[in-house]
Amino acid sequence: MKPSLVRGLMLVALFALPAAPAFADTTGDSAPLKRCCGGDTGPYKDFGEKAGIERLMRDFMEGLLADPRTRPFFEGQNKERIILQLTDQLCYALDGPCEYTGRPMRATHQGMGISRTEFNALVEVLQTSMNKAGIPFRSQNKMLAVFAPMERDIVTR
Amino acid sequence: MSNRIQFQTKVYVAALMLASSAAWSASPLPSGDKLLLTGGVSQVEGAAGGGLTPWAVIGGYGTRDQIGGNAFYTRVEADDYALDSYGVLVGLYDRVEISVARQSFNTENVGALLGLGQDFKFKQDIYGVKVKLVGDVVYDQDSWLPQVSIGLQHKRNDQGAVVRAVGAKDDKGTDYYVSATKLFLAQSTLVNATVRATKANQIGILGFGGDKDDSYKAQFEGSVAYLLSRNLAIGAEYRMKPDNLGIAKEDDWKDVFIAWAPTKNVSLTAAYVDLGNIVIRDDQKAFYISAQIGF
Repeated sequence: MKPSLVRGLMLVALFALPAAPAFADTTGDSAPLKRCCGGDTGPYKDFGEKAGIERLMRDFMEGLLADPRTRPFFEGQNKERIILQLTDQLCYALDGPCEYTGRPMRATHQGMGISRTEFNALVEVLQTSMNKAGIPFRSQNKMLAVFAPMERDIVTR
Repeated sequence: MSNRIQFQTKVYVAALMLASSAAWSASPLPSGDKLLLTGGVSQVEGAAGGGLTPWAVIGGYGTRDQIGGNAFYTRVEADDYALDSYGVLVGLYDRVEISVARQSFNTENVGALLGLGQDFKFKQDIYGVKVKLVGDVVYDQDSWLPQVSIGLQHKRNDQGAVVRAVGAKDDKGTDYYVSATKLFLAQSTLVNATVRATKANQIGILGFGGDKDDSYKAQFEGSVAYLLSRNLAIGAEYRMKPDNLGIAKEDDWKDVFIAWAPTKNVSLTAAYVDLGNIVIRDDQKAFYISAQIGF
């Protein structure tokens, strides 16, 4: 092996090592939820404001329970609580007049063993619900862009 | 555009529509769990990407714990030429993509004019490998980091004597590329930039290297796509190409396209392509249609 390559690998190892505990951190807080639209409430209105978001989340929950890829994670859970928390979360993310007070994403999903496959399935179910509710595609994507980075906190295998 | 070409194009479109509607009406077929269209479509040399250029995405619908794959057929019907391209790819764990494609370039009347014979064909086999290095095209929405992949396309042309006669130095060659793809989800827009080191003349149809230049040249290829819905995207592409042969000027390629994926098992892409000069025929415009089936 060339000396320069060895030096390079050592350098990579040096940077990688301090970063490793961050991945194993089970209590570390996830990034705070952002808001989509810099005060523009157009997308929030497209979602039908808070009442529309809650209707959407009820349909979403039905979809999650119907899809074999996502059902195991929601069956037997307190669905009403999840629906209300998700409603607040979406309302906040869409620049609506809501506060999100739920637990941090990483702490909540740690140990659930959620795969990328199952996470994508959840996104598909949500997209289907949003289409059913007639929410414009552009506004759907503005909301999804806020939640997309959470994949790192939720998918653990 | 001649009536014959219009008729042929109509027949192909009808056949593709029929194939896709058959696949659509069938009970849902198994597929991977990547989100719809996020594996791109098969570009003309068989890699996952846009129509003309590879993207950093790994083809097929396999997520990082799945294997995906697909087969494609593409017809590019130009004013004086036609290109058929077909092939398969396998996407391994959303990390590695392996592709094989065959291209058949029909010189139609130009073949007769050049003394090669009516409908003389150049055929080329293309073996591709792509590896994803960093980033996630869909989920990295809180950073500017794109998904980045490197790849190669090894090409073997079956007309060694002819391509040498026109000035090419070799009948085989390998392109090396790096692609960066970024989905700006809040804007429903995907942007790709690829830099390819290549010696290929007309992507290899006319061999590799030439009397004017026989060195690798870095060429830029760019794509922009706007997502209209989960299963429909429109966009434009630009592909720079080297100009190695003394006998004929070679131009960059550009296109506008629409891609539709009624299900994860089927996608159809149509494009209008400006191919510029190809040997003795200038200002070649083409209709491009492509069908892909996979999982």
